[in-house]
Amino acid sequence: MKVTEKDVAYVADLANLELSAQERAGMVRDLNSILDYIERLSELDTSNVEPMAQVSDRYGVDESKQGSERFAYASREDVVEGLRKSLPQDVALANAPDADGTFFRVPKVIER
Amino acid sequence: MQLTQLTIDAARSAVQERKTTALALAEAHYARIQDEDEQIGAFLTLCKERALEQADRIDRMAAEGKPLPPLGGVPVGIKDVMSTRGVRTTAGSKILGHYIPPYDCTAVARMEAAGAMVLGKTNCDEFAMGSSNENSAFRPVHNPRDLSRVPGGSSGGSAAAVAADMAVVALGSDTGGSIRQPASFCGVVGLMPTYGRVSRYGLIAFASSLDHIGPLTKTVKDAAIVLRTIAGRDPMDATSADLPVPDYVAEIVKPVRGLRLGVAKEYFGEGLDGEVRHAVESAIDRLKSLGCEILQVSLPHTPYAIPAYYLIATAEASSNLARYDGVRYGSRAAGVKTLSEMYRRSRDEGFGAEVKRRIMLGTYALSAGYYVAYYLKAQKVRTLLTRDFEEAFRKVDAIVTPTSPTAAFRLGEKSNDPLAMYLADIYTVTADLTGIPGISIPCGETKEKLPIGLQILGKHFDEATILRVAHAYEEAA
Repeated sequence: MKVTEKDVAYVADLANLELSAQERAGMVRDLNSILDYIERLSELDTSNVEPMAQVSDRYGVDESKQGSERFAYASREDVVEGLRKSLPQDVALANAPDADGTFFRVPKVIER
Repeated sequence: MQLTQLTIDAARSAVQERKTTALALAEAHYARIQDEDEQIGAFLTLCKERALEQADRIDRMAAEGKPLPPLGGVPVGIKDVMSTRGVRTTAGSKILGHYIPPYDCTAVARMEAAGAMVLGKTNCDEFAMGSSNENSAFRPVHNPRDLSRVPGGSSGGSAAAVAADMAVVALGSDTGGSIRQPASFCGVVGLMPTYGRVSRYGLIAFASSLDHIGPLTKTVKDAAIVLRTIAGRDPMDATSADLPVPDYVAEIVKPVRGLRLGVAKEYFGEGLDGEVRHAVESAIDRLKSLGCEILQVSLPHTPYAIPAYYLIATAEASSNLARYDGVRYGSRAAGVKTLSEMYRRSRDEGFGAEVKRRIMLGTYALSAGYYVAYYLKAQKVRTLLTRDFEEAFRKVDAIVTPTSPTAAFRLGEKSNDPLAMYLADIYTVTADLTGIPGISIPCGETKEKLPIGLQILGKHFDEATILRVAHAYEEAA
């Protein structure tokens, strides 16, 4: 078994999840079952293989250009409200669970 | 005229020629939703006011004799992971149960600019994580072809809405198969375009290097029309490609004689249902009789795609979903005293079991000590999978496979076994990982009358060829 209850508690902490005792037990079972299956990746020798984070630097770009030059089309003017207007304050706050009209309100951050 | 059984062109020309009105089309589809959707569950939110405003605009154009835009008067459904200004957008999650976006997703805006009427938002697995639509926080979707079965996922609501004639077309999103697999289960057409072909601006992110938007439709031509509408560079999405958009509608009628189609044994191995195999092999024979050349290709790293996918997708998801913290939008747990308690309890209450499972797996894969063994390893396997396809596409113009190893399974059948559920995506995740386009089209039924899907995979930015092959098959079948 790779993942213990202690690991689950540690990872839940990193992920800002609390998880009930029952959820933790289920998570130990599920993560181990999935990781067992994932284990088959170790059959592959990847020592000389480059990692690939995404595909858009490989296809559909101008091959004659180098590095970030190939993405020059995606850059934009460094101006305020260049592509679209910023949201008005009331609209930006409209979905907040708690706001005072100017700021998002949250519980006390520093305990003292 | 049966108003809920029209293709895009039939609906548009009926409105243009004043044989019906956009208003009547919208009303007919809302009536159908009223009658059918209680048992199916395809829609989460309806936006009748918005649809009828658009209907009025289109009807006035028609009355004035102005030519209608390509989707003029066409009723559409939008998967509830795409932002719609002023219309609740939940991503199938309790945490966004009351979220009203202040802006429109580019794909939705382009559909409306082309005359489409947005009827409402379609049900989906929470944050598009699932293969059966049972992970929706609101209610599961039932397959219109057999209500005891799932519609597939995560775009299950979009597929069911089109299959049950509650919309002419719907937009879905595909991260591991979420357009193609439900299309296959519900017997409709589902197209995942190349990564970068369609802007994701306004799409609620699941895994950013894998997320795509695409159409679910009744015909291949409709998929071509919708793709032509939503494709192309968008300055609001830096990952949208700066390439010209071909006229897909003109492309699909070109002859397929002489096209080289690849068949890979890795897609016909253990776990493939016998009836699905038979239907797909018959479809390949049909394509051969249409003059396509069938060649064997090898995609040797296919068995490693699911493990690589579930590491990469969950790692990206764990990062993307960190934004749900109960501060700027989304729900916040009541009675919390500290900031940290607010984060934890809001996320605990707001997320469902599968979302938590994926956040946990992704966080684990990225955590100190496991990053190299899991996340980096998966990224290297992604390179190997990409090389497989590059090699194969030197020999062939497209590759044909089953879309899913089985037809639609029963509700509850896999919901307690995450791994079994993940394996439903075994033939679809490869295209997401490598960025190539794929389409699923109906290719027959099982003895129990459940639809079977044929998947056609193409080269990067060559949707034209897979649409052409799909169209030729559809015409011949």
